[in-house]
Amino acid sequence: MHELMITESILEIALRYAQDAGAEKITDLYLVIGELSTVVDESVQFYWDFVSEGTAAEGAKLHFRRIPAELLCQACRHAYSLKEDLTCPKCHSNDVRIITGREFSLEAIEVDQAVPETRAAKENEVLS
Amino acid sequence: MSQRITVVEKILGANERLAETNRLALDQAGVFGLNLMASPGAGKTSLIEHTIRRLADRYQIAVVDGDVATSIDADRAAAAGAQAVQINTGGECHLDAVMLQEALAQLDLPSIDLLIVENVGNLICPANFQLGTHKSVLIASVPEGDDKPYKYPGMYQGVDALVINKIDLQPYIDFDMDYFRRGVEALNPGLVTFPLSCRTGQGLEDWLAWVGEWVERGR
Repeated sequence: MHELMITESILEIALRYAQDAGAEKITDLYLVIGELSTVVDESVQFYWDFVSEGTAAEGAKLHFRRIPAELLCQACRHAYSLKEDLTCPKCHSNDVRIITGREFSLEAIEVDQAVPETRAAKENEVLS
Repeated sequence: MSQRITVVEKILGANERLAETNRLALDQAGVFGLNLMASPGAGKTSLIEHTIRRLADRYQIAVVDGDVATSIDADRAAAAGAQAVQINTGGECHLDAVMLQEALAQLDLPSIDLLIVENVGNLICPANFQLGTHKSVLIASVPEGDDKPYKYPGMYQGVDALVINKIDLQPYIDFDMDYFRRGVEALNPGLVTFPLSCRTGQGLEDWLAWVGEWVERGR
C-alpha cells in the first residue's frame, strides 16, 4: 500500500541527483531492498510508470537487488539465513542479531549526459 | 553518453528528516510522544481509553488518531477526556511524519504532557515510517496467535515496548506464551513487555507506571 509514496520518494531522489550531475535523462535506477524491508518490487514497478511520466526518468528501468536476511548468533557466532524459527539452529540461543535484510536504498542511477564531461565543458568555456 | 552516478541516500530519508522536526517540536514543548501500533482489533483504542482515564488527573493528554476513514476512535479518546485530533489517511496504510506534523499544528503543545499517536491498524507498513515520537509501542493480543513475531519481524524489531493484551483469554486459546516470547526475544532482545487485559484491568498498573515515568522525564 505505501509503495506509491516510496516510489515518489525514489523519483525525487533520482531526479535531484541527475539534475546535480547536469544529466538530461535517467535510464536506469539501482535499488537495494532487504528481505525484511516489506517493500514489494512489483508494486514499486507498477507505480513507477505513473509517477515518472513526463519527468527526466520516464521509461527508466528499475533494477532490484534483494538482500537476504542473515542472522548471527551472539552465543556461538553461527551465521545463518532467516527461516521460520529465529533462534540459532546450532545452539538454540535466543540471543541473535540481524546482520543484513533491513536495507532499503537507492544505490545508483545511470544517466545520459547532455554534456559529456563537466570538466571538459568548463575547460571549453575558459578556452573560448 | 551513459554515466553511473552513485547515490548515497535512504529512500525514506525525507520522512526521517521531518520526523526529527516533529521530535524537536515535542521536546521544546515538553511533550512525551508515544506511537502505538498494532493489528486491527488488538485493543489500541481500549488501551488508550484506559490510559487517559487513569492518567488524566495527573497529565494533560492529547491523542492523534490515524484511521482510514472514520472518527470513531478519536471520538472515544475525546469522550475519555483527551484533546483528540483525527487524521483520515484516505486509504493510506500508515501514518507518516507529514501527517503527524499537520496534526501537531492543531494542538496546543505547550499545555500537553503526553501525546498518544494511534497508528493505522497494520503490522507491516507503520514500522517503516518514523513519526518523531519518543517511544514506539506494539500492542499484540492473545487471539491474534503466538506466531506473529515470526511473521512480522520488522514490526517486532523496531519497537521500544510490547503490550500483550487480552491475557484473560489465554485459557480459551491455543497461545504458547513461551514460543511467542522466544520470537520476541530473538528479534528485540530485552524488550520490555506488559502482559495485560484492558477488560479485567490485570497488568494495567505496570503499563501506566512505565508511561508515567517517561512523561515525568520529558517534562
